[in-house]
Amino acid sequence: MDFKKVSKHPRWIVYALFFIGLLFVPRILSIHDLMLFEYGMTFAIVGLGFNLLLGYTGLLSFGHGAYFAAGAYTVAMIGKYFPQAYSLEILIPSALFFSMVLSLIFGFVCVRHTKIFFSILALSLSMLLFALLFKLYHITGGSDGLRVPLPTLFGMSFKGIRRPEFLSGTYYYFLLGMFSVSFLIMKGIVSSPFGKALQAIRDNEVRAELIGIRVRRYRLYAFVISGMFVGLGGALWTFVNGHVTADLSHWVFSGEIVYMTLLGGFGIFEGPIIGAMIFTYLKLYAMGNTQYWMFVVGGTLIVLVLLLPNGVAGAFASLWSKLKR
Amino acid sequence: MWIIYILNGLYFAALLFFISLGLNIILGVMGILNLAHGSLYAFGAFIAAWIIIALGTHVPPFFLYISLLSGLVGVGIVGFLMEKSLIRFMYKRTLEYQLLLTFGALMLLEDVIKMIWGGQAYYASAPFVLLGKVNIGGNVYPAYFLFVMFIAFIAGLLIWLFMSKTKLGIMLRAISLDREMATALGLNITGLSTLAFVLGAGLAGLAGALVVPTTPALLGFGHEPLILAFIVVVVGGLGSLKGALVGSLLVGFTRSIGIAVFPEIELPLLFLIAGIILVAKPEGLFGR
Repeated sequence: MDFKKVSKHPRWIVYALFFIGLLFVPRILSIHDLMLFEYGMTFAIVGLGFNLLLGYTGLLSFGHGAYFAAGAYTVAMIGKYFPQAYSLEILIPSALFFSMVLSLIFGFVCVRHTKIFFSILALSLSMLLFALLFKLYHITGGSDGLRVPLPTLFGMSFKGIRRPEFLSGTYYYFLLGMFSVSFLIMKGIVSSPFGKALQAIRDNEVRAELIGIRVRRYRLYAFVISGMFVGLGGALWTFVNGHVTADLSHWVFSGEIVYMTLLGGFGIFEGPIIGAMIFTYLKLYAMGNTQYWMFVVGGTLIVLVLLLPNGVAGAFASLWSKLKR
Repeated sequence: MWIIYILNGLYFAALLFFISLGLNIILGVMGILNLAHGSLYAFGAFIAAWIIIALGTHVPPFFLYISLLSGLVGVGIVGFLMEKSLIRFMYKRTLEYQLLLTFGALMLLEDVIKMIWGGQAYYASAPFVLLGKVNIGGNVYPAYFLFVMFIAFIAGLLIWLFMSKTKLGIMLRAISLDREMATALGLNITGLSTLAFVLGAGLAGLAGALVVPTTPALLGFGHEPLILAFIVVVVGGLGSLKGALVGSLLVGFTRSIGIAVFPEIELPLLFLIAGIILVAKPEGLFGR
């Protein structure tokens, strides 16, 4: 995109300003807040991928925790069984590969259905992975999970560095890079003819079929792409968290992914990013202040569904368009 | 030994039948998949355990068994409140909101259970112990499991009679077949939907109450049964009552044999069978 075109699109100027702002975040936030911010950022990638399926294709998966777990466990298993290959430039592609394979297999079964049937199938399949991760404890660590050590990056080793320092230094910029690339790729996908075809399927399946879109195949593509984004988010998340457990594939975790997407607003491209950030802070705030955090988070969700169906971003967007008039 | 597997399979199926039947009635009549169904089941377990412990040994054993009905009644009331305060705003909303609302309700209910009964486990094994064991073909088998199967048989019969012979049941079926047409015929959709939800919730609560004498009530008690009930519903067909019965039997027997023969992959085995059925018959065994 050349400069003239950019200047015509004020949106891209805002994105650029945001990006520059994000470069300085580690200097502003304390290490504790920065870690939270990094959690939020990994979930933002997850939300971007998830929204391709929910917001753009109109399929609600209650099982995307499975692909998150696929990414996360790829990292943890390579760390355990092939420590010599434990560097980010190998880990990230492998996480993408395995989440692609898994979402291809599961997606093949799921896209034969739509609506509620799709949701239950996606959910059940993610629980299949959960059961495997949970039961095969001599391989996967079961309910204890696996520890995730610090990786190397292009030969750079982080031995002797503690996790907080790693997270506030190199890793933040790596994460920011991955986030920006994901953002641009997803932006490209949704505005490409392929993205438009998905939206046509969402709006009217029969009409899309009649104008020659191969509906089921396109749904599968969307499923796999979204699974890969979620897997990438999962892989990046493990280094922040330092530990993976089978719960990542549990459907309640998938529900949280749906939650944050709705919280931001799935009708808007940037919505899930905002939702991921707010959800991360909301959950931690609730967990830190009361033992009944699920009550707070669940109650918020119900209020949101009843009063703010378009999410936070949607609410601001409609407020903005009212003010402009 | 095989007779034990068969009996265990029937026992699992009996419990699952209650849960998946409730899920299916709600799904059929209201078109809403209730993700909080497992929490309603847990609620029933806690209510029953609490009452059984409170009654203790001071009452004749007969009352202990009657008190198991508290799961049905108590959770029926919870279901009534839930439908009136939350679910009824969801009928005209899209799938995403319906599912997310029940997901929010799940989180609320889990913490309400924690608020009322605290984090500890509730042991209420008196009804199980009192019935003792019976000898079946040289094998010792807990009589309580037979009791649960008997109750499931009676309840299944009653539900079947209700759904096929009474006017109310026929109206419920009419709504699940064609909601628009039923409205046009002047059926009281609001009232009937409440009834369906209360009935579905009550059945989940009853299942929880029936299971609590055999295993302590814990937080997160309802997660696994919910998933099994989902498999039953998917395999049997969405909203089909016959499907709930056949699906429960299938899942119950697979579990019973799976636990005995391949304990490590019992759940994956179940998914495999469900997967094969779905590839062969995508709408489920009795789906429309």
